[in-house]
Amino acid sequence: MSHRLAYYPGCTLKTNAINYEISAIASSKALGIELVELPRWNCCGTVHALARDDVMHYIAPVRNLIRVEQMRGSGLVDEGRLVTLCEMCYNTLRRADMGVKEDQERRRKLRDIMEEEPPYRGEVEVVHLLQLVKELGWGKVRERVERPLRGLRVAPYYGCLLLRPRGLAIDDYNNPTIMERLVESLGAEVVEIPFKAKCCGSYQTVHMSQVAAMLSHRILRQAMEGGADMITLACPLCEYNLGERQERIRGLFPDLKYLPVLYFTQLMALAFGLEGSAGLEFNNPDPRPLLRSKGLLGESRK
Amino acid sequence: MALGVSRQPYRHGVENISFKARVEELSGQNLNLCYQCGACSSGCPLSREMDLLPSKVMRLVQLGRDDPLYSRTIWICSTCFECEVRCPRGIDIASVMEALRQLMLRRKYSEVRLESLDPEELGRLPQIAVISNLRKMMA
Repeated sequence: MSHRLAYYPGCTLKTNAINYEISAIASSKALGIELVELPRWNCCGTVHALARDDVMHYIAPVRNLIRVEQMRGSGLVDEGRLVTLCEMCYNTLRRADMGVKEDQERRRKLRDIMEEEPPYRGEVEVVHLLQLVKELGWGKVRERVERPLRGLRVAPYYGCLLLRPRGLAIDDYNNPTIMERLVESLGAEVVEIPFKAKCCGSYQTVHMSQVAAMLSHRILRQAMEGGADMITLACPLCEYNLGERQERIRGLFPDLKYLPVLYFTQLMALAFGLEGSAGLEFNNPDPRPLLRSKGLLGESRK
Repeated sequence: MALGVSRQPYRHGVENISFKARVEELSGQNLNLCYQCGACSSGCPLSREMDLLPSKVMRLVQLGRDDPLYSRTIWICSTCFECEVRCPRGIDIASVMEALRQLMLRRKYSEVRLESLDPEELGRLPQIAVISNLRKMMA
């Protein structure tokens, strides 16, 4: 029987990053984890309330944490951990949880403001799916592989919010290796890029798309010069800046190679023989021509 | 200053002290810890776009000067926390930037207005991009 864990999707996993969600649910299931979506979840706020007097922006994330405690109370999940996929959700929920636990005054204020909810007991731990996969062990991942991603050169890109600020890093914030180990376990070859944890431009893409394009370009170029076939990552906003925006970046730097950008869960789904749940049709640039040329799609099973 | 942001000569007075205290209160950081090593500026992926380097922002605020409020820097910062992990004094500089933005936003200054964004572009952007941008940029 699979282990049931509470899962917080967040807004973008239901729209732009639907491929992330589909592939995460399928590949987690293959590893024995059932992701149970929170009933009645709401926006996490996307960015943490950094100003110390800002209690208001704790309400949305903390309400989600209360939902997890309620789920656990009604036996819908097996433990108190909350699984996230989107890096912004991970960061915001995790920091809200930390902020409530470290400051009793803030906790008391929230309890007063949120009188319509039961008080948050502080029994939730916010985690990212990558942490769970690592915890299961790379051996278990390798066992589950049906179609090793042989001949595929993949550059992992972490972005910012899984590693910084330092108090919540899911791995060594100076030199994370969790995605490298995953990529290797799936049978692909790792291409290290120096800027694997440098900002892609983040939300500046909204009103300063040129500035974001410059940052994303440096990351793409490093991957290209390292001989990568594709980039893998864990954040829908990074995916947008590096993937969706790639055509426009190529307008500024015409020699930039076509580099598909896949969520790490899509690589897992592919390697686990769950091609139908990889959601590849939603990616831009389309990774299918590349994967077909490597014999990693369709009937060409090895 | 060569930046076109400063309006008055430096005076060590009550205003300066209260500005510094306000930034410390909002950011939760002790600004006196900064000894100007420049690690934040060298690590910042966006320093090239800034008119004031992050370390200079730190120094000015330390002196109680509010020039950084009128700089491009605080709006260029993407809160990536690269400075936070690099600071050998343990200062969360990203939170200092946030405090400076908050001081402007709470005066009803908006760096970005929703109506100035292209509706077609808005339709394509992931929600997390739009929400986070407006949380940081709009009063």
